[in-house]
Amino acid sequence: MSLLQTLTETPWNSHADEASAVAAHAGTPSVAPQRVALWFFLGIVAVLFALFSVAYVVRMDLQDWRPMPESPALWVNTGMLFLSSLALQWTRMNLHRNAARVRAGLLLGALTTIAFVVGQLLVWRAMSADGYIVYGNPANSFFYVLTGLHALHILGGLWVWIRTGVKVRLGASPDEVRLSIELCSTYWHFLLLVWLVVFALLSYT
Amino acid sequence: MTHIAIADQPAEMHHPHSFVTKYIWSQDHKVIAIQYGATAISVGLIALVLSGLMRLQLGFPDTFSFIDPSDYYQYVTMHGMIMVIYLLTALFLGGFGNYLIPLQIGARDMVFPFLNMLSYWFYLLSVLILLASFFVGGGPTGAGWTLYPPQAILRGTPGADMGIVLMLVSLAVFIIAFTMGGLNYVTTILQARTRGMTLMRMPLSVWGIFVATVLGLFAFPALFVSAVMMAFDKLLGTSFFMPAVVSIGETLDYSGGSPVLFQHLFWFFGHPEVYIVALPAFGLVSDVLSTHARKNIFGYRMMVWAIVAIGGLSFIVWAHHMYVSGMNPYFGFFFAFTTLIIAVPTALKVYNWVLTLWQGNIRLTVPMLFAMGFIFTFVHGGLTGIFLGNVTVDLPLSDTYFVVAHFHMVMGVSPVMVLFAAIYHWFPKITGRMFNVTLGKIHFWATFLGTYAIYLPMHYLGFLGVPRRYYAIGNTDFIPDSATALNANITIAAIFVGVVQLIFIVNILWSLFKGKPAGGNPWDATSLEWQTPETPPGHGNWGPRLPTVYRWAYEYSVPGAKQDFVPQNVPPEDVEMEPGAGPYREHTV
Repeated sequence: MSLLQTLTETPWNSHADEASAVAAHAGTPSVAPQRVALWFFLGIVAVLFALFSVAYVVRMDLQDWRPMPESPALWVNTGMLFLSSLALQWTRMNLHRNAARVRAGLLLGALTTIAFVVGQLLVWRAMSADGYIVYGNPANSFFYVLTGLHALHILGGLWVWIRTGVKVRLGASPDEVRLSIELCSTYWHFLLLVWLVVFALLSYT
Repeated sequence: MTHIAIADQPAEMHHPHSFVTKYIWSQDHKVIAIQYGATAISVGLIALVLSGLMRLQLGFPDTFSFIDPSDYYQYVTMHGMIMVIYLLTALFLGGFGNYLIPLQIGARDMVFPFLNMLSYWFYLLSVLILLASFFVGGGPTGAGWTLYPPQAILRGTPGADMGIVLMLVSLAVFIIAFTMGGLNYVTTILQARTRGMTLMRMPLSVWGIFVATVLGLFAFPALFVSAVMMAFDKLLGTSFFMPAVVSIGETLDYSGGSPVLFQHLFWFFGHPEVYIVALPAFGLVSDVLSTHARKNIFGYRMMVWAIVAIGGLSFIVWAHHMYVSGMNPYFGFFFAFTTLIIAVPTALKVYNWVLTLWQGNIRLTVPMLFAMGFIFTFVHGGLTGIFLGNVTVDLPLSDTYFVVAHFHMVMGVSPVMVLFAAIYHWFPKITGRMFNVTLGKIHFWATFLGTYAIYLPMHYLGFLGVPRRYYAIGNTDFIPDSATALNANITIAAIFVGVVQLIFIVNILWSLFKGKPAGGNPWDATSLEWQTPETPPGHGNWGPRLPTVYRWAYEYSVPGAKQDFVPQNVPPEDVEMEPGAGPYREHTV
């Protein structure tokens, strides 16, 4: 039922739409609650990064902004995150077909994700070794805040992913982990998208 | 697999047995609601005492030697922050949201009970962190509840060392708690309604809580962003918001940051926050008015649309809090325009409440008195809001007591009126006992008239130009002696109203143990929470089978029906009619 139809219902004339009302809500909800909650959560994360981006653009226009040099290692990290997103999608597609590929996909995804986070840490170390410390310039401050916040979101997802991996390892059936794997892959694609926006923003200066 | 929140004969519900799992580490939405409510009211009482201390200083300057200017600013800051966030937001959404959502939509619990429990414990943690700031060196922050940089983190502002840090950490923890709770509320409302409970059959309480939660989920990130960036400025010496500053003769390392950027971020949260508090109040008061007027709510669909429209508009009015910060006149025009537009759906709601009362069979119960009191205080506060929404009127009034009077009427007294209405209305369901009606009526009249005695004169002080935020006015030519006398009177009224709240506390505590048993549906109400098999509702709420809903929640005074209300879950064929009245048909308005 469309939103417009819903909002124009006349609940005081309940004989008219009684049958449809009962039929529409008999039994199971068509979408898993976890999926609804995840979509709301993605919305919140999107707002969070959007607000940081607005602050970034506003702050960038002020006089003391000195852009940071771009680190080539960030391209490698981007590749790693892209691979992990791909690995989860592959896991998801093979869920009901090939158990070995599911295990391989989960492992590959976890490894590439960890590689991404470690890679980001290495970039941090290289940057601060070169004198680009967090309070040196607002461009540096934003760099650390944005990459750090993004990495924290990745780590949160990784925790769910590892739990799912352990369940598969312990012999859970595909149906038991289907929802977790689907939601993980959605979350990973989303965080890849967020990273691409953040990366573009950081390179924009 | 059907989710257990909406399953008949749920196999997986764990019934807690020990005291600890039942009342402390509980995952039952009703217990969590009471935990939220009790914590919020306790911390709110602290904020009430702080406001009393502020009033003592303002009414009788040079009398109380234990209040110095720093103390005063700390009282102001903590009073504002606690009341807006830790009391009102937590009590409406964490308290009433938790209690009413599953019961009013016919679910057994929230869809993520564990997350719900976690939400409460994070909330409690945020409160403890906030209160801890009273005990650290330098005391709590005195930066004002808006925490504007640069002064919020500079030496000279009280609590600029640890106080502000604890405040920012506490806010961040609160936001995490709210996000966990909020995800639960919206998902439960969307996914766990019982058979027949369409969105447009939900009581307006649920609609108000739903839209307010969506606002909160998308507005609190702005506060989170500003808190994180300010914490960086304070602790790591970054310059997100901090401009170059010479502080107490010393040039600091900050440079180039933008304090106005903070203001934009803060108010992008701060204005929706007003409606995060107001929308649940609108919803709850609609249900109380309709029930005690024995009449269906006037214009149900318009009420829903107005809630949604106000929610959407609330995101594009934030800069009306910043007219005095200086802005492009075109921006000022834009924000004044949107601000006045938002008065349209709001006024529509007020008309509908009044029209709900018109020709109703009004029962002047204690909750009804508070609900009608709300209409007065809200119209009053809303009208002064129209003054302040205009740039040219706001500029001279912005730093005066007129603003204090305005936001206390619209955002302090009005939501609190609804909170009292709601607490008295649902108390019999929550506890199974009736409160003392005489004490309740005394509480209402003293609070209602008392708050007018406090805030009505403040408008006048504002017109005189008495500045707000001042520790003491001193001898100023343009402020006559009569204003000083008025200030003393306001203080006496404020202390009176503060003390009167003890009647409420005593009434609630006494009735909890000694009140008369109330029965399952003492107000003859129609919505589902009054139809539970047990009162107070048991774990799982509904016994073996979930209720089925046949109509909206406002079927009062149906012509020809024997009783003047038809509950949502009574099948049409079971409605008893007067002899000769013909078969039951839902009446059309």
